[in-house]
Amino acid sequence: MSNNTEKQEYTITVYTENQVGLLNRIAIIFSRRKINVESLNTSPSEVPGIHRFTIVVEESRDVVLKVVRQIEKQVEVLKAYFNTNDEIVWQELALYKVLSEEITEKVKVERLLREFGARAVAIRKDFIVFETTGHREETNKLMEALAPFGLVEFVRSARVAIIKESAGFHEKLKDFEEREPGEEVIENEYLGKREAVFTM
Amino acid sequence: MEQKKLTGSQAVLEACIAEGVDTIFGYPGGAIMPIYDALYDYKEKLNHILVRHEQGGIHAGQGYARSSGKVGVVFATSGPGATNLVTGLADAMIDSTPLVCITGQVFAHLLGTDAFQETDVINITMPVTKWNYQITDAEEIPTVLAKAFYLARSGRPGPVLIDISKNAQFQEFNYQGYTPCNHIRSYRPKPVIRKNYIDEAVALINNAKKPLVIFGQGVILGKAEKEFKKFIEKSGMPAAWTLLGLSALSTDHPQNVGMLGMHGNYGPNVLTNECDVLIAVGMRFDDRVTGRLDKYAKQAKIIHLDIDPSEIDKNVRATVGVWGDCKETLPLLTLGIEQKDRSEWLAVFADYAKQEYEQCIQPEMYPSSEEMTMAEVIRNINEITEGNAIMVTDVGQHQMVTCRYAKFNDTRSNVTSGGLGTMGFGLPAAIGAKFGAQDRTVIAVIGDGGFQMTLQELGTIMQTGIDVKILILNNQFLGMVRQWQDLFMDKRYSFVDIESPNYVMLAKSYGIEGAKVEHRKDLEAAVKTMLAHKGSYLLEVMVGKENNVFPMVPQGCSVSEIRLK
Repeated sequence: MSNNTEKQEYTITVYTENQVGLLNRIAIIFSRRKINVESLNTSPSEVPGIHRFTIVVEESRDVVLKVVRQIEKQVEVLKAYFNTNDEIVWQELALYKVLSEEITEKVKVERLLREFGARAVAIRKDFIVFETTGHREETNKLMEALAPFGLVEFVRSARVAIIKESAGFHEKLKDFEEREPGEEVIENEYLGKREAVFTM
Repeated sequence: MEQKKLTGSQAVLEACIAEGVDTIFGYPGGAIMPIYDALYDYKEKLNHILVRHEQGGIHAGQGYARSSGKVGVVFATSGPGATNLVTGLADAMIDSTPLVCITGQVFAHLLGTDAFQETDVINITMPVTKWNYQITDAEEIPTVLAKAFYLARSGRPGPVLIDISKNAQFQEFNYQGYTPCNHIRSYRPKPVIRKNYIDEAVALINNAKKPLVIFGQGVILGKAEKEFKKFIEKSGMPAAWTLLGLSALSTDHPQNVGMLGMHGNYGPNVLTNECDVLIAVGMRFDDRVTGRLDKYAKQAKIIHLDIDPSEIDKNVRATVGVWGDCKETLPLLTLGIEQKDRSEWLAVFADYAKQEYEQCIQPEMYPSSEEMTMAEVIRNINEITEGNAIMVTDVGQHQMVTCRYAKFNDTRSNVTSGGLGTMGFGLPAAIGAKFGAQDRTVIAVIGDGGFQMTLQELGTIMQTGIDVKILILNNQFLGMVRQWQDLFMDKRYSFVDIESPNYVMLAKSYGIEGAKVEHRKDLEAAVKTMLAHKGSYLLEVMVGKENNVFPMVPQGCSVSEIRLK
């Protein structure tokens, strides 16, 4: 039980229709409960026309389960899953802008590129933009390394995540389109195996 | 397929007709004028009720939906018209009332420009609607409205708001006819029933020594009153109701053991913590029902029947969650359960009922004090209506007393604001309830506080000539707040002392007959006069100023800690 009430990072994956206002409908489910959204990404999914939200929160399993149910209840939401970090593969992308004179004089660019797996995506006379992808700790490291040399701009993208065990949404969608859906898409699929719910 | 040119406004009204709408509650204004202009030609087919305030309109729509079982339809203009709907939407959302609200909106090209009477009603109403949508192109009207009605009434019902920009209302388009919606791929109105959970539930019930059924509005919304009755009758189980479950089972049914929760009955509250299996049907374990959650039915196995998956385990963890429409799940349970004699267990309830009757009910219903009590007024009504009237209540002490003591024979007879507790709900909801059930007597029981929140709807009664009996139980206080101040705040009566106008004179100015009763000797005759009167009537009864409603489960206490005084 303690494991249900202890806070940890959860990644919520939501498959939705493409509809204006849905982002807000989903967002208010978190804000109503005073839950801070750590990161939020919307993108196309593996199925044409179906959107995929990736939301990261630091919450207990009990809370996340209820939130996910509320998300799934929204008319335009097809399905919502939540996963712990060991159930997903995820990446974040970060961009770093530094002044060229500063960086070329004081740091070995080569070291940056090698050590942090960074790429230079723009090199101009006045500034250079580096890019890294990885987990937050990884992108943080380069930020820390560059900070003493005048990091002009830093930005990091939301998390995007792939669920390791997922077989994708193609088959599920077919089921959803049926008037008499199979048991698979019905929200009570978790009954009886509650502890395994939504972990796919 | 028919092919003709219609304006967006006409398409809105065609959709209403196709959906079987007969009554619309509304109030015109700039941004909805094209729809009202079209309505001028539909007067024969659609009965539009001009209310006095949009909040009155939406509460009337709720009352209509609750008494008729149909979708309530409300029209309002943009800006203030739309924002005035918000309280009613929140009320309908939490009480699962099917509504389709149509609001006018400024021209599409003006959206986001702070145009006159522009408000972002879609975002304002997002948390208090099951679904909402803005239309800026008339072509969308038939399909969106079909979706709106389908969503409002299917699954767990709720309010839907459709915002239509003025240009779309004017716009002519090729009308392809109206096709009702019955499937949206991303929306599952009801979960598939799984046999293993039915079996598990049946086994729990059959092995139970002391099972208790608690039922909510889900039984009414699912139109499963008969299925529910068969279910409890076969198993002989006691059944207790939530505020909104009231009237799903007749109040004189031998297995009806009364109300749950804060001002519910003694037995069902105490025995919730003694039963071995608790079977919750179409209810959501509201905090007013459960009291302190960590001391709620901890000893019991819990079977929870609900159509809304997010309700299972939300407040109380279910041993078996039977997801599905109770109209389908209840007969499956009935099929499996054994006939049992539970008279010993029912006798325990009867014993608690006797204690409650002696200590609480009898003194309230037949008071020895000089002051009149709310309960004796309700008793007088029961004696004449014999449980056949629709009782509409506002919010507060009178609501608790009415729901505790009123008799009900038929379903859809109790209309009250449960989840949101909206003062001002009573009068407009009663008007709507009457339009939804015109052959029935509708009695609005309202406190002196709540009545003053929406009394402008007396104008609607005047203009429509509808027959609503209005009973004001006047204790010259905002009674429920005063009761809490009395019990929990050292009698510091902070701003609960409320003055009233001369209600009888007020009613008279609206052409409504009325009377005021200050002494017990006049009460019975006055109630008779009111109920015999042809047309609306207002009866004001002066009741004891500082009477408290008991029993009571104080906030933060367990249901077993219910106080009889």
